[in-house]
Amino acid sequence: MRISRRILAGLATASLAVTATSCGGGGTSGSFDDTVTVGILHSLSGTMAISESTLVDTEKMAIEEINAAGGVKVGGKSYKIEYIVEDGASDWPTFAEKSKKLIDQDGVPVVFGGWTSASRKAMLPVYESKDAFLYYPIQYEAQECSNNIFYTGATPNQQSEPATDFMYKRSPAAGGDFFLVGSDYVFPRTSNTITKAQVKQLGGTVVGEDYLPLGNTEVAPIISKIKKALPEGGIIINTLNGDQNVAFFKQIQDAGITPSSGYYVMNYSIAEEEISTIGPEFLEGHYGAWNYMMSIDTPASKKFAENFKKRWGADRVVADPQESAYNMVYLWKQAVEDAGTFDDNAVREALVGQKFDAPQGPVEVMPNHHLSQTVRIGQINAEGGFTILEETGVVLPQAWNQKHPSSKGFACDWTDPSKGEKYKL
Amino acid sequence: MELLLDSLFNGVAIGSVLLVAALGLAIVFGLMGVINLAHGELMMLGAYTTYVTQLIFKLPILKPFYNSYIIVSIFLAFIVSGVVGILLEKTIIRKLYGSPLETLLATWGVSLILQQFVRSVPLAYGTGLVISLIIGLFLPTTFPSKIKESINFKYFKFSSWIFAALTGVITSSVISSSISKISRASARNVDVTAPLWMRGQVEIIGTAFPKTRLMIIVITLISVIAITLFLNQSAWGMRIRAVTQNRQMSDCLGISTEKVDIITFGIGSGLAGVAGVAVSLLGSVGPNVGGNYIVGCFMVVVLGGVGNLLGTVLASFGIGIMTDLIGAGRLLSIWPDMPLPLSNTINFFATTSMARVMIFALIVIFLQFKPTGLFPQKGRMVEN
Repeated sequence: MRISRRILAGLATASLAVTATSCGGGGTSGSFDDTVTVGILHSLSGTMAISESTLVDTEKMAIEEINAAGGVKVGGKSYKIEYIVEDGASDWPTFAEKSKKLIDQDGVPVVFGGWTSASRKAMLPVYESKDAFLYYPIQYEAQECSNNIFYTGATPNQQSEPATDFMYKRSPAAGGDFFLVGSDYVFPRTSNTITKAQVKQLGGTVVGEDYLPLGNTEVAPIISKIKKALPEGGIIINTLNGDQNVAFFKQIQDAGITPSSGYYVMNYSIAEEEISTIGPEFLEGHYGAWNYMMSIDTPASKKFAENFKKRWGADRVVADPQESAYNMVYLWKQAVEDAGTFDDNAVREALVGQKFDAPQGPVEVMPNHHLSQTVRIGQINAEGGFTILEETGVVLPQAWNQKHPSSKGFACDWTDPSKGEKYKL
Repeated sequence: MELLLDSLFNGVAIGSVLLVAALGLAIVFGLMGVINLAHGELMMLGAYTTYVTQLIFKLPILKPFYNSYIIVSIFLAFIVSGVVGILLEKTIIRKLYGSPLETLLATWGVSLILQQFVRSVPLAYGTGLVISLIIGLFLPTTFPSKIKESINFKYFKFSSWIFAALTGVITSSVISSSISKISRASARNVDVTAPLWMRGQVEIIGTAFPKTRLMIIVITLISVIAITLFLNQSAWGMRIRAVTQNRQMSDCLGISTEKVDIITFGIGSGLAGVAGVAVSLLGSVGPNVGGNYIVGCFMVVVLGGVGNLLGTVLASFGIGIMTDLIGAGRLLSIWPDMPLPLSNTINFFATTSMARVMIFALIVIFLQFKPTGLFPQKGRMVEN
């Protein structure tokens, strides 16, 4: 039985089978007419490797799923997706260089890649000058809208704005004062500018903000400022990066800044992966805001989590960035099938308006190359997950934030040639 | 009063982290003149030792003693980092005395190797390797002098290395089979959780202080006192000071400068390990944890005056108190109705990033006037 199947497969597509084994695509390798190779570009070494490698795992899984279901069907032919993984090495110029390599040398129709805003900013000119395509899966500060990038993560109005609203109106610290803490780079600073404008609109007060230089873990001065500014408790908005969160939460707990004494921290960079690193005992009772949370109780969400565990190990978790990475592979596949070609410009046109039943619920690609998504507010529980407290309806993305003073009144629309990157509403 | 106490405590808390991190460097760089860029990675080894000790104490046999793991790990971290330091001295640094640039490059290379080592080698194997090193280096020294002087000593030495390697292999396989968390290599940062008695706060004169900070202050104080006593009261301390002041003369007088170098470097590295325990209580433990402190360490040593422990102590507490004064904007609460331009300036610098800029600027200005630091070294070494 086994032998006969092997012979059949071998006779059918001897050459394909060789390439198929190299990327582990599964057992249906015999039934494709052709292959298409896509690029995956994340950091596999350096400081960002820990986070970005989870995206590579998710993208591989999505590609394997698509292949197992018959691949991409274009013009009556079925294509098996293959991939080339390149290492951005946590070094932003390397991202640009590897992008050039993937586009020019490998001729991939699409690149899935990036995590930090710095890496995206480094890659952007490459994709624009070569009119190629980048799919970028991370929640970010927005204030950007490129014709050559699709952003499948949340914009601030799909994460921080509903979160600030929740904290001010419906959290246990409702009506309290705000203190903003972040790492010292572009995302926290932009995000906090938006938050400050929003708190002012809501009628609240921001009593202080501070930024920790990347790599610095000395938070004692910040703690004394928080205690001075919020003596009776209040709302802390936290946009610290990775490891700095560990230092922050360990030390604020020791300093008595805890939910039980009236201090509630809303986090924009802490997902399930980070909770397990920091330790739920330090985070229990604080909040997070994401589009996807592993505890979403729908069949699609459960299936996503289970498949990931089955593929990569039972101790693995899925989080929002991974869900975005998963969605973008499927959205690309749908757009290619609709366009009937792998050609960049046709796919770009077909992509806007694509709908997908994502693990978080339905998402749709908007004319500004961002996704409409659902926003969820969750409270971190002792098991290291989120207890979902609130769920908005579908929120439309704002590439140009309507609360940020520099972009108020602007929008982006790539489907209308007269509008483009930034036009006045 | 409460404000003053709070400010003083915060300053001392920040300063003691700097001090415990810089203490080892004050000895290695200050007394021996070795620019050791791998100092941060020796701290990192100490931090990882704390993590592994914590996991070992979670095993059923040692569970009842879990609360004391942090004390045990201080000693273990000293030994682990000390041994790695000794190995470093014996293999690399010894050949580079007197050529600071080459030392700088070589130790920087070592720091990269150590970082990559913890990323790509499972901690269980790392533990086994360190145990082999400890046994291999120290077992021969415990033999009676009769054996040491015999011509066959090299065979004894060789067999003790074999014994050490075997023990290392056995330990690593036992550890990796009983603690699954460290049986696979991972670049992921890990977390040291302080035992319950060290979490939370204590009240002293009406003000609440975090216990982990107090613990770090205690660790720092004990290290400083121990090292001062060692340098000033013990025979080996005297030899170290003698070699520091005049190497050739000490050599002529029969002091084994080779041994002195090993001991000095070992102690300096061991202290870096102790610092690793302290910083593991504050943040997460990862391959880069030491690199974050190295600049601060050199800054403290240079500001204090190379070769002077008292200077290092004062410099780190000085920087700590300044960080708190500027970074937390305390001057404003001490003097609330100062003129507007002044208060605006202070507000501008009252963030962590700007406070750092300000402190570096102040140090640069200070060194313009006193290039040799707070307490310049006097004597023969200066003339060399």
